[in-house]
Amino acid sequence: MVSLSSYLILSAILFSVGVVGFLLRRNTIVIFMSIELMLNAANLAFVAFSRFLNSMDGQIIVVFVIAVAAAEAAVGLAIIMAMYRTKKTVNADEMNLMKW
Amino acid sequence: MIETALFVILAVVTTITAVLVIVQRNPVSSAIYLIITFFCLAGVYLLLHAEFIAIIQILVYAGAIMVLFLFVVMFLNLEKEKRPIIRHRLQKIFGVLFGAVLLFQIGMIFRSVLLRFSFLDGVKGNFSPEKVAQVGNTQVVARLLFTDFLLPFEITSVLLLVAIIGAIILAKREI
Repeated sequence: MVSLSSYLILSAILFSVGVVGFLLRRNTIVIFMSIELMLNAANLAFVAFSRFLNSMDGQIIVVFVIAVAAAEAAVGLAIIMAMYRTKKTVNADEMNLMKW
Repeated sequence: MIETALFVILAVVTTITAVLVIVQRNPVSSAIYLIITFFCLAGVYLLLHAEFIAIIQILVYAGAIMVLFLFVVMFLNLEKEKRPIIRHRLQKIFGVLFGAVLLFQIGMIFRSVLLRFSFLDGVKGNFSPEKVAQVGNTQVVARLLFTDFLLPFEITSVLLLVAIIGAIILAKREI
């Protein structure tokens, strides 16, 4: 039987890797992948707690999180494509249209 | 015993591929490694006896979302980043430092939760693993989704509709 703490450690590592990727990368598509990593880390913590607390609520929340992730990916990638059409780049440093 | 071995293998592969996602210079390689990460996480969900979540992890995440990512990466025809990924050494140092501090903080929060976990015995739900295995994981999730969580479920459909409309408008018009 794997303990709850093992799952939580894996979740914490995944979330930190996502945050580091978000801070370091300049390619917006890879930044989006980092966000997906963080969402998955949260999902893992939800499912682990749901299992060890004998409750199904965590798994229901994960279904909603996956729906939100799908919506976020669709809208975000559409924004990246619109941005690529005007600026010919996906580099986050050069996306400064709204900078005052 | 075999459960522990499987968990260790899946956890190690998940961590290594997650790190590879953020250090790859080519976005296509990043996407491929992210798909491997999602498959390993689906295996971890199976170890947690969350079969329904494992299946939708593969269908929605590894299937739909990652195909969308690969589609956009190949549609934009991005070549490798010519400049090195990180231009400033200071940025790299601070990024990794913030990541380490965050990992420490999350660890501390989880530790305080785990120390208090025995007190949580009183709030344990009535879905014990044996009971869920008897009825079936998917049946239990579906029953809850259409009774207790009906309102959030309906709101999710509105969210998806808004996302569809937003994506069409953003991709269609010149901005």
